[in-house]
Amino acid sequence: MSILIGTDTRLVVQGITGREGDFHARAMQAYGTKIVAGMTPGKGGQRALDGSVPVFDTVAEAVAETGANTSCIFVPAPGAPDAILEATAAGIGTIFCITEGIPALDMVPVVEAIRLAGARLIGPNCPGATSPGSAKVGIIPASVHREGSVGVVSRSGTLTYEAVQAMSDAGVGQSTCVGIGGDPIIGTTFLDVLQLFAADPETRAIVLIGEIGGAAEEEAAAWAGEHLRDVPKAAFIAGRTAPEGRRMGHAGAIISGGRGTAASKVEALEAAGFRVAGSPTELPALLRAAGHRD
Amino acid sequence: MKIQEADAKRLLLAQGLPVPEWEVARTPAEARAAAERLLTRADKVVIKAQVLVGGRGKAGGVKLAGSPAEAETTAATILGMSIKGSVVRKVLVAPAADIVREYYLSAVLDRAGRRILLMGSAEGGVEIEQVAAERPDAIVTIHADPLLGLEDWQARTIAFRMGLGGQLKAAVAIAKGLVRTMLANDADLVEINPLAIVREAGADGQPAERLVCLDAKVTLDDSALYRHPELEAFRDPDEEDPVDAEARAAGINFIHLDGTIGCMVNGAGLAMTTMDLVKRAGGEPANFLDIGGGAKADKVAAAMRLILADPKVEAILVNIFGGITRGDEVAHGLIEARGQQVREVPMIVRIVGTNATEAAELLRAARFETAASLDEAAEKAVAAAKAASAA
Repeated sequence: MSILIGTDTRLVVQGITGREGDFHARAMQAYGTKIVAGMTPGKGGQRALDGSVPVFDTVAEAVAETGANTSCIFVPAPGAPDAILEATAAGIGTIFCITEGIPALDMVPVVEAIRLAGARLIGPNCPGATSPGSAKVGIIPASVHREGSVGVVSRSGTLTYEAVQAMSDAGVGQSTCVGIGGDPIIGTTFLDVLQLFAADPETRAIVLIGEIGGAAEEEAAAWAGEHLRDVPKAAFIAGRTAPEGRRMGHAGAIISGGRGTAASKVEALEAAGFRVAGSPTELPALLRAAGHRD
Repeated sequence: MKIQEADAKRLLLAQGLPVPEWEVARTPAEARAAAERLLTRADKVVIKAQVLVGGRGKAGGVKLAGSPAEAETTAATILGMSIKGSVVRKVLVAPAADIVREYYLSAVLDRAGRRILLMGSAEGGVEIEQVAAERPDAIVTIHADPLLGLEDWQARTIAFRMGLGGQLKAAVAIAKGLVRTMLANDADLVEINPLAIVREAGADGQPAERLVCLDAKVTLDDSALYRHPELEAFRDPDEEDPVDAEARAAGINFIHLDGTIGCMVNGAGLAMTTMDLVKRAGGEPANFLDIGGGAKADKVAAAMRLILADPKVEAILVNIFGGITRGDEVAHGLIEARGQQVREVPMIVRIVGTNATEAAELLRAARFETAASLDEAAEKAVAAAKAASAA
């Protein structure tokens, strides 16, 4: 078992004929993800990924013809909010938006439309998710994973790869790894993912990888302290040395008015029973110390 | 992107908000000429430093003048002044307002609420963070509807709760104008502090009270600048560090810090982590640098130039976790960059992930010092920097 994606995932890739879309769709397919459709307006009727995947002009057609239930978006920033809305309108339940650089205010009506439709958006500006052994949606390198029972949730991309690689190298496998994205406005929060992990019988430990900015880590920690009390939990927070008032690459990674500091997040996580690592490489040992057995 | 007060006021005016007149002066003589014009309508003018940092008043960057001559000498003291490291190159000159009462009103992108948040307070003119910390009850908030925007009843509600019932029409127009300014320009923040009731001569010559925006602060969403080319004109080349300008041109996220170990990393979270581990190993990072996804050799070379432009850098740590980025591309870039390097600085390279094997061969052939783990890389870089400073 896993969360968000698994063996019943039927994926449509929006922007499959683009350079990024094609490259990553191949990697997803090679991992075993069922890619049932591609979508690029004006390229309907073509076939992508060496002829193995039909391309449609609209997401609605892709859903009607192939039963797609999940979407992965590689559309450039100016068109990405519309791509999310199209997937939502077509009845896609789980939408991953990998696109980076979407204007934040564009996302305000989009997340509301998704909420009203009862769909779920992961991202934007996220690396996607992998349920090792069953499916991978997005751009996380397949090689970092190992099958197991730790649920990983992170705001970051390459930092997640680093942490997950360290876990896999130490023999600590994952149920699902989810990158929620580094933008100020995202569809799925740390808290949302923890709630999904809590309901997944095969996720038996949690790793949370956060960074400076906002208060989403604190909010998730408070919930975990109450609802995931007996689950082994470890965390890492990036940006202990980040100066105040500067955006550290991610649009959302900024300490302002003394809020959103690493210290505040570490304190909240420790109070909630997380073991907080000083380096991502320490995560597997901390999980074991917290009682996790692979 | 932060913009100066005068530019923020232009954006408010464009949305029809009440902003008292002002002029911008770059020299004391220009300030004098502006004061000559403005003093026909007020007893005094206020002269305000135009810089992107806060705390101008406390730093002595805001002063009153009662005559053109005084405006000239006052402007002369403010121009050239350094406020938190920013040199003042422009001043704003405006008629001094006869303030009856000050308020605070802002529209901000609320990430947790995922909506535009309107924040108001009857305690204007002071830092809102201070009010929030000391008297949170003094701040009133309301979320604009995510699909419909700020509705009239919402604007009325916040106006009444701020105690602006006596200026209801004006307050509603300003609240809605703030949200309009935000949406029209893709701003993360539009802040009026103070929003003030001022006493002015009315049309009949009798004193009348009016609600006006006396100050303005706007920050723009960098991700949206592509669709607002006109706002690029607000970017002040004098206020931008040349290194920052070069980083922006190269598409590299770069933030200069005070340490001695230059960092080159792909990905923002990993770049912060690399800095943290340098610190943990006993060193100080010289910068935050994210070369982004899919970086090619030329970008790596540009990143190396940025790092080496800092004379304090004594060692460089390169940490690449290849995903979209190919390790061999980075290795080629490093070899190329080292060939053009103006000064000799020890470099520790760690490349894992996509095409790491090819990268390792290239680095070995070029005799780069490498590291297997992130922790080891940080320790080696710190040791190299210490050896360099001891030598």
